[in-house]
Amino acid sequence: MANLEKYEPIVGSYVMEELYTIAENLKGKIIQNVNSTAVGGGVAEILSRMIPLLRALGIEAHWDVIKGGERFFEATKRFHNALHNETTNPLQDDFAVFLDNTDENLRDMKLYGDVLFVHDPQPVALVKVKEALKSRWAWRCHIDLSAPNERVWNFIKGFVEHYDAAVFTSPAFAQDLPLPRFIIMPSIDPLSEKNKKLSSKFVDSFLEKHELNPEKPIITQISRFDYLKDPFGALEVYRDVKRRVDCQLTLAGGGAADDPEGAKVLAEVSEKAENDRDIHILTNLSDLEINALQRASSIILQMSLKEGFGLTVTEALWKGKPVLARPVGGIPLQIKHGYSGILCHSIPGFSQWVRRLLVNKEYAKRIGINAREYVRSNFLITRHLKDYMLLFLFLLETG
Amino acid sequence: MNERKAKQPFHFYTKLNLLQYTGKKAKNLEELLKLIKEVPESSIYHHTHNFLFTSNWVIPPPASDFAYWVREVLQEKTLAEALNGIDIPGLTSIPALREEIISVIEQYLTAHEAVRRREAPPGEDFFFTEAVTFILPTRYVANNLVEFAELLEQVSVSSVYFHVFDARLRLQRAENDFSFWIRDSIGDTELADKISSVDPYFYTLEELRKWIIKTVREKIGRMG
Repeated sequence: MANLEKYEPIVGSYVMEELYTIAENLKGKIIQNVNSTAVGGGVAEILSRMIPLLRALGIEAHWDVIKGGERFFEATKRFHNALHNETTNPLQDDFAVFLDNTDENLRDMKLYGDVLFVHDPQPVALVKVKEALKSRWAWRCHIDLSAPNERVWNFIKGFVEHYDAAVFTSPAFAQDLPLPRFIIMPSIDPLSEKNKKLSSKFVDSFLEKHELNPEKPIITQISRFDYLKDPFGALEVYRDVKRRVDCQLTLAGGGAADDPEGAKVLAEVSEKAENDRDIHILTNLSDLEINALQRASSIILQMSLKEGFGLTVTEALWKGKPVLARPVGGIPLQIKHGYSGILCHSIPGFSQWVRRLLVNKEYAKRIGINAREYVRSNFLITRHLKDYMLLFLFLLETG
Repeated sequence: MNERKAKQPFHFYTKLNLLQYTGKKAKNLEELLKLIKEVPESSIYHHTHNFLFTSNWVIPPPASDFAYWVREVLQEKTLAEALNGIDIPGLTSIPALREEIISVIEQYLTAHEAVRRREAPPGEDFFFTEAVTFILPTRYVANNLVEFAELLEQVSVSSVYFHVFDARLRLQRAENDFSFWIRDSIGDTELADKISSVDPYFYTLEELRKWIIKTVREKIGRMG
């Protein structure tokens, strides 16, 4: 059983009380989540955190996973890519494979919830049996549908239209649908390894291990090595700033072993770093180490040219750091320019703001405090829980 | 007098929002104006009050969603200032607030025709959303001013928001719920007037909570 009490010192007793108040209204109802995988991927990670917390609130929350063979998951991978990117095309028989797999699952699965909360496209067609079940159905879309492949979207939409509600991460990711479309933004868990409070001893030992100078400002970008994350832009900003203010740059990202393009980008970035001892390129850091790096940094950059919601930004804001980012994907939802962070559109813009914040420490501190409070109010898992429960309440009250 | 039992106890409620997308978005001032005329009242209310909820603790509190977008995305600082300058406490209904916003934008466009169709950068459109609202009772009930101040420290900011902001504009009550109760059930007109006259838009919700508690406790102290 998850320990909800641990969140109280972070969000306040009244937030917890609100959660219990909403949960009271859901007593006796079964909330059945359905997705396509029990481990790996963002959806499974969210559900593995949310289900125990919902249960701790006294809600009968369940999680079932559809079955599918290799061929089905190849088809849904193509669907996923096509929904993200108009240029990807599915194979002709992917649609039939998808429908056959849905029918097999409908034969084997029990759909017993008062609310069926179905995540992403893979299980979307289970809704075919909705009328016979008399339950309430919501489709949770975790992906960016702003520019989908029309053929694939029309196929998926044919099922989504039978739901009672759809949920998107951002209005920018939503599509036209003849049903209520709710916006429920993702969240971070303040108790996770990536976000929990760390001792200064641990942070200091991290800096020592990676030969980072604690006396010199650290500018950091955390992202995988990908052209769309613009690590080269971060290098340019660093060089611009370094001419006036002595500083270090850290580029930290996941390992590149299974990602040929990542390896290429990493090699190019390393070459461009030109053995500058103040540029630190770090790969394969643990979640705790990423946490330490964020806490040790003076400024966090997120120079992505394209982004999903951008939870790495949320994590940095939560550490009370001034975050400078391009306004793409979900970033404008998190950074209110000049209040909870800085939005920039160009390299000179980034450079000027980094310099300003390194010099004007009071303003940097104010932005950092606001950033943390903005996350506390809007992007912690407790807010996510509240939104999910309100969604269930909406479905049950309007049914 | 401060322990005097109220004629009616004050029941604290809380208001919780679930964000809903209206499906409408604007990429320039002309579209923003057109959609402000069309969207439901709940969307107008949401975009002029949402920042109070989401930016609680953020200092200084940011502007309304309309003013923020006009200033930071369209870079029309004069218009943003005018939108921020709308005297919301002086308005008694959301239709009146909508008309005021429309009037401010129309006046600006008359004088600045060239910016009418100047577009937001890609991906930075204004998305009209609205809140599906849930009003839930809390377990807090005050029978006198002392209890009221104590419980006001414990309720959520959503509760403060509901009783102060929603009461006046969305539910079109003559004053906020706190001042109404103090006037009607406690019978303290002076304190009720003071709490009724506050401009809540100049405070974060936490600051507002503290100000009301302080004001009530000062009065209790004077009453001995």
